[in-house]
Amino acid sequence: MPKLQELQDLTVQVRRDILRMVHKVNSGHPGGSLGCTEFIVALYNEIMELKDGFDMDGAGEDLFFLSNGHISPVFYSVLARKGYFPVDELNTFRLINSRLQGHPTTHEGLPGVRIASGSLGQGMSVALGAAQAKKLNKDSKLVYTLHGDGELQEGQNWEAIMYAAGKKVDNIVATIDYNGQQIDGATKDVLPMGDLKKKFEAFGWDVVDIKEGNDLEAILKGMKEAKSRTGKGKPVCVLLHTIMGHGVDFMMYTHAWHGKAPNDEQLATALEQNPETLGDY
Amino acid sequence: MKKYIDQGKNDTRSGFGAGLAELGRTNPNVVALCADLVGSLKMEKFIEENPERFFQIGIAEANMMGIAAGLTIGGKIPFTGTFANFSTGRVYDQIRQSIAYSNKHVKICASHAGVTLGEDGATHQILEDLGLMKMLPGMTVINTCDYNQTKAATIAIAAYQGPVYLRFGRPKVANFTPVDQKFEIGKAVMLNEGTDVTIVATGHLVWEALIAAETLEKQGISAEVINIHTIKPLDGEAVLKSVKKTGCIVTAEEHNYLGGLGESISGLLATTQPTPQEFVATKDTFGESGTPEQLMDKYGLNNKAIVNAVVNVLKRK
Ligand SMILES: Cc1ncc(C[n+]2csc(CCOP(=O)(O)OP(=O)(O)O)c2C)c(N)n1
Ligand SMILES: [Mg+2]
Repeated sequence: MPKLQELQDLTVQVRRDILRMVHKVNSGHPGGSLGCTEFIVALYNEIMELKDGFDMDGAGEDLFFLSNGHISPVFYSVLARKGYFPVDELNTFRLINSRLQGHPTTHEGLPGVRIASGSLGQGMSVALGAAQAKKLNKDSKLVYTLHGDGELQEGQNWEAIMYAAGKKVDNIVATIDYNGQQIDGATKDVLPMGDLKKKFEAFGWDVVDIKEGNDLEAILKGMKEAKSRTGKGKPVCVLLHTIMGHGVDFMMYTHAWHGKAPNDEQLATALEQNPETLGDY
Repeated sequence: MKKYIDQGKNDTRSGFGAGLAELGRTNPNVVALCADLVGSLKMEKFIEENPERFFQIGIAEANMMGIAAGLTIGGKIPFTGTFANFSTGRVYDQIRQSIAYSNKHVKICASHAGVTLGEDGATHQILEDLGLMKMLPGMTVINTCDYNQTKAATIAIAAYQGPVYLRFGRPKVANFTPVDQKFEIGKAVMLNEGTDVTIVATGHLVWEALIAAETLEKQGISAEVINIHTIKPLDGEAVLKSVKKTGCIVTAEEHNYLGGLGESISGLLATTQPTPQEFVATKDTFGESGTPEQLMDKYGLNNKAIVNAVVNVLKRK
């Protein structure tokens, strides 16, 4: 089990990867990626039970579905550094003929990806299907997902949220990146979504709040708590309170960096704030 | 002309139900999903025999398509059931991203296609679904013509790797294809050899094409009748071979002429062997309430319409 310091080091390195990836192609989504870095690092390196290698069916291991596919940089970096594909391949992000498409896809056969995402609002349904397949297969492993908070404005989510509770899909832990931001501004200004915790609970979910969504210890504690609540007849939701752009001071607390790459100078500043730990790709 | 016997009127959706029930007994990986239309899709037998392999989704088609995609991760072969309208247009982006682009082994089974849905009217009568589905890269698109063919197709698509759209309908129609005829995805079926004109038909128009050919025979016109059940991939070889002989073609389908089988064939002919063609199809219009027979007549989708189209195309030879 990796020590906290190792996870910390990995987190900083993943931040560097994200920044360098989007800078190189002058496109991509750093804000949400940076805000979810601790979470995805913790999930893949401490929370999920994973087999070696990759096969599509993922029998006998936990699965993860990234529904908010625009934060592909953090997903790709964590997958690569977990060993799903060579870290050097991060160099090809968003380039022609790359397996690292702007949004994640199975189309180019990138190990670690089980569904295309990018068009928002579809991941929860897919995860529910995979969770129900696990039940049919008597596979006791879990299905984890991540969704944007703005993404919850898509109606398909609420079909899925209703279904999950109604059909007692209790082998799923769905996490919401609760950063309060989306493209056009704060979620409360674009479309206020009310009390998400109460909404999930009213739909029949068990909800775990992780107030410090950029603190590794808090994430580990919260996710272990979430895991312990699976298998009890209710789907489990984690409200992960994050700071968009976390770890780069001028990118924090704003939607401005949702989908904008830093220029050379900004990159240098951002990297200074995140000194190399495991080695750049 | 070769004689075809109606073995007894039946609906294509019942062929689907029978095929699904058989799959339930023979293939443990087959699972079924439905969005509150179990009776309409004739899924009762499968559900009765395999309750643990059936997922009642409720009236939430987008969720159904996503869940189906997810079920393939874990080795299942999901068959979704709802009306054609709600199987396609309602959930186009879900199919596009989670099924087609993700290349998931989902079988989208769509009943009540076209105007023969009848009295419910245009809100339910989709005439655009073949076009929507055939434009998706990697999607196989099938439109069956009778009970036996629908049953055989349902069984065949389970063994096929990749996403499939299977389209069938509501009314009881002639059941004339042999009960033991093997369903080969992507292979046209020669129904009657002829020399003057090629009639290519799909779905409910196939039986009408056979009646039309009989009428034409009495007028001294020899019609070749081909059933194309797989719109995509299209059996271009069968079409080209036939028009080389006849020199003209009529395509017949219960669908808009834009986006349908006829359009696929004209695309093929334009780039290989330009051939006079007439379309028996709806002409960029919505449907309306009425009986299936009245609607097929009003929208020019029956044997009379096919005979007229043949007369017209022969003049252009
Ligand atoms: C169906 C759909 N509509 C619109 C978009 C464009 N889009 C991409 S990300 C985004 C905002 C998402 O907000 P949120 O889920 O909160 O993610 P965050 O900005 O916090 O990363 C939008 C509108 C999309 N990708 N998919
Ligand atoms: Mg957000």
